[in-house]
Amino acid sequence: MAITEQELGVFKAIGNNDKAAIEVVYKENYSLIQHFVVNNNGTEDDARDIFQEAMMVLYEKSRLPEFELTCQIRTYLYSVCRRLWLKKLQHSRRIETQVENFDRIVQVEDDIEEHDKLNLQYQTMRTAMGKIGEPCKSLIEAFYVHRKNMLEIAGFFGYTNADNAKNQKYKCLVRLKKLFFAQYKNA
Amino acid sequence: MEQFELAEVVERYLSGEMGPEEKHAFEEMRKNNPELDQTVVEYHYFLEQMGRYGEIRRFKSNLYDTHHTLQESGEIKDLELTTGTRIINMWNKYRRVVAVAASIAGITALFISGMMTIFTPKTPFRDIEELRRKVSNLEKQSSNQSAEFNKFKTKIAPGSDVKFGGTSFMIDPKGYLVTSAHVLKGAKKVYVQSILGEDFLAEIIHQDANSDIAVIKINDQDFESPKQLPYGFTRLQTDLSEAVYTLGYPKDEIVYNEGYLSARTGLEGDTMSCQITITANPGNSGGPVFNKNGEVIGILNARQASANGVVFATKSKNIFQLVETLKEADKDINIKLRNTSSIRGINRSHQVKKVQDHVYMVKVVLG
Repeated sequence: MAITEQELGVFKAIGNNDKAAIEVVYKENYSLIQHFVVNNNGTEDDARDIFQEAMMVLYEKSRLPEFELTCQIRTYLYSVCRRLWLKKLQHSRRIETQVENFDRIVQVEDDIEEHDKLNLQYQTMRTAMGKIGEPCKSLIEAFYVHRKNMLEIAGFFGYTNADNAKNQKYKCLVRLKKLFFAQYKNA
Repeated sequence: MEQFELAEVVERYLSGEMGPEEKHAFEEMRKNNPELDQTVVEYHYFLEQMGRYGEIRRFKSNLYDTHHTLQESGEIKDLELTTGTRIINMWNKYRRVVAVAASIAGITALFISGMMTIFTPKTPFRDIEELRRKVSNLEKQSSNQSAEFNKFKTKIAPGSDVKFGGTSFMIDPKGYLVTSAHVLKGAKKVYVQSILGEDFLAEIIHQDANSDIAVIKINDQDFESPKQLPYGFTRLQTDLSEAVYTLGYPKDEIVYNEGYLSARTGLEGDTMSCQITITANPGNSGGPVFNKNGEVIGILNARQASANGVVFATKSKNIFQLVETLKEADKDINIKLRNTSSIRGINRSHQVKKVQDHVYMVKVVLG
């Protein structure tokens, strides 16, 4: 099926974390996934989690220069959700793994495998962040997640100037790096 | 060079912030020093991961926000369940397992609460100021103002001796609420008032002086139960210094406050409660304590008279225990504590907006 320019544009914008594009994809596809999950032994929360994980896969793909979208976003998302949900059902052995079909599907096994790998890396960092304790956690989050500059951070955390905040940030970073690699070896 | 100074140099090098000369010198050093080279390689991978971590967090937060916005605007709605029969099948299949698990849990809970009664030291009440609030004068005020605000008429008979106010919050959409047991002391009748100012008659289901938790149930034809509560309950230990917030009725309107967990135990090492540094006033008693994920970690119950800002909260696991015991004792009590929170990840003011509808003022009528 031909993919419109507009569709490709939305796909690229997802990779740039564009809020408007996220909203468009959300509006157009959420109810399909919601029906699929809720009618296949899932809850509303399951539907949200599965949809958002599929959005993560879409985001990762969009950031890969070599990835080419060969079907509509809707088909892709649905295929990923279906696969993820089947995996989850199998994992919890809640029910025989037959699910009702709601739409056409494409092969996404490899994509999901890659996503699992990336997710493991993310979880490794998350665990390390969970162990570092305060104020390091908030300080590092302020810089790397919320992209605050050192002056703002100094003000917020009560350091006398940006340089002090910077030193503290690097001290935290050294500790986080140790925790990260300890976690990395365990994983 | 100190470790953290090295980290700075490496980050500047990797992000391309170095001038050409400095960069050249650094690369020379790297060539001649394998240890430094190894460190740079490690940092390269680590900072790449850090950057990715940040990107994913930003993307996730956009996802949560979008979900929330669409839910607010009604573009995402919960579906009516069509899978009722399947759930019944599952229930039949697992009934035995559930029964065994429930009875083990029940016996354990009874045993533990028995042990608690035997071993818990009597709380020294001198140093503790319970956070209930005298509301009689407020009642008077509000009756003066009723000409302006009589959208909802109070159901409490005029001339009733309304003594104490506290806060309570819903634990099950069927109308079950919890509050602090001391708030209800000497109560003949209990009313709860919603954020919209509507009064509902409530009955006391259980009061447990030891854990200072009381369960009440709204028993009023005007009450419409919500479909689902936005917040969940956690049994997990909260980390020291983790941010927490509370909503309550220290005055006639709902008040928000935030603080942090300052100790894992309460007054004199009491393990059933924990210590929070937050601004709380009489009337906050019985209010929920939420962590940043919007999970209830405890119920505010008292503050230390001798220290400012030090407040104690009964831990959530006591609610779990009490609910189990109640269900064991009376089959008609069907309380289900949600363990996932659907407001996880959305920003604080949106969380509060969703939560506030389920936090009620408690009014106790003494006679």
